[in-house]
Amino acid sequence: MINLIINGLDVHVPEGSTVLEAARFLGFPIPTLCYLESLSPYGACRLCVVEIGEGARAKLVSSCTYPATEGLKVRTSSERVVKARRMVIELLLATCPQSKTIQDLASAHNVRRQRFRQEHEDCILCGLCTRMCEEQMMAKAIGFRGRGESRSIGTPFDIESEVCRRCGGCMYVCPACQLRCTFTNPEKAICGGCANLAPPCVEKDQFKDLMCYMDPCVACEIKKD
Amino acid sequence: MNIEIVEKILEKHRKQGDGLISILEEIQSRFTYLPEEALRMVASERNIPLVNVYGVATFYRAFSLKPRGKHLICGCLGTACHVRGGPVIVEELEKNLGVKRGETTPDKEFTLETVACLGACALGPVVVADGKYFPKVRKTKVKNILEQVRKGFEDSSVEQDYHIFPVEVSCPNCNHSLMNPNHIIDHYPSIRFIASFDQKHGWIELSSMYGSYKVFTEHEIPSDTIVHFFCTHCHAELTGSSPCPACNAPMASMIVRGGGIIQICSRQGCRSHMLDLG
Repeated sequence: MINLIINGLDVHVPEGSTVLEAARFLGFPIPTLCYLESLSPYGACRLCVVEIGEGARAKLVSSCTYPATEGLKVRTSSERVVKARRMVIELLLATCPQSKTIQDLASAHNVRRQRFRQEHEDCILCGLCTRMCEEQMMAKAIGFRGRGESRSIGTPFDIESEVCRRCGGCMYVCPACQLRCTFTNPEKAICGGCANLAPPCVEKDQFKDLMCYMDPCVACEIKKD
Repeated sequence: MNIEIVEKILEKHRKQGDGLISILEEIQSRFTYLPEEALRMVASERNIPLVNVYGVATFYRAFSLKPRGKHLICGCLGTACHVRGGPVIVEELEKNLGVKRGETTPDKEFTLETVACLGACALGPVVVADGKYFPKVRKTKVKNILEQVRKGFEDSSVEQDYHIFPVEVSCPNCNHSLMNPNHIIDHYPSIRFIASFDQKHGWIELSSMYGSYKVFTEHEIPSDTIVHFFCTHCHAELTGSSPCPACNAPMASMIVRGGGIIQICSRQGCRSHMLDLG
């Protein structure tokens, strides 16, 4: 067991836990966006920042990737943390204002406006879908391309990937395209919206190891009738 | 695209156990770009998911997925080059070639690119054409550079690069200078060793100009022969610390005056060398 102090409280957590796991287990809320229990932590969204250390040596770290160590002092909602977190939400809102997940986060943290140039991206590059594809679906159909400003997620050469089973896992975890219908635009590599669903699932037999995250799945419901 | 060429490259790197980037580099140098089919072959051969190969190929500026011209012109727009007029030079290049930066001329002769910094800030503004650095470029020199590139550099001499200094080296064993003022190569004293190969011994003289590969020898050395270099003073063999990164032959090392070690490949015809300024 590792002893650490979270928000002034002496706590014990099993070895190998991250600060986020420890805090959540003990009931301290930390918002996250790119974290999913079944996937490896990635530290992309920075929403889970916490303050560690004391005085002048205190610093902000992403709790999902920071391992809990002996005697670590963690503050999950100090003034500095809250300020940083609100800033992150503002930046997310500036990138992807149409996302329901981000809107909910903003509302929960009382962020009413954002001060940056407004963009309307459909991706916040949190990498959830690529990790879902690789770690849970064992496919590696999508991944990051390019870098810097032109970094994006998609399939190689922007054509349909042979290893994609159209399981819909990427859409299921996506915080940006979730609940956003792209109507009849199945060409789009990641979020084909509902148009993507019916044919591949109905022709399920060709994928013997098909795993489906869409539950309840629209296509399967259709098939039942 | 020729599939056999890619197969040959893959075969070569499989033996050497090289990583992805060196394979992609070689493919790119053969085709001037990375064809889609080649990336697929690399992925299946190396057992790397295609999406990772594609990610690496799109991450690095050095790789291109689109065919590029025969000659690559690269204008530096790093901070130092920028304040010294880099943008003007790049604009002039654009005007002369008739394409924007990042584009290739319709005749597939030139590709114009920009780079953020080449690490040669003292020479700024720098233009690199087919691997050759042109220092302190002025607007009026741009036409001349393009003409030179079109002609090719085979016959252009080393002296033009007056910013590249000759090196003075000494033996790592006895520390005697290896410079030979009696034989001038490239306007500077040459570096003299004793060379031994196939039971033949004789002198060998190299240009002391870093970047020049002029060599004069007593006996003709057949290509691909591994030569042993000995100091002319103490007759100790000049052995390097590691094998040649390109051909795995032993390297010969010398001490550079002013601090540092230079190592050259001992294989005739291999131009590999390492300069380590301590």
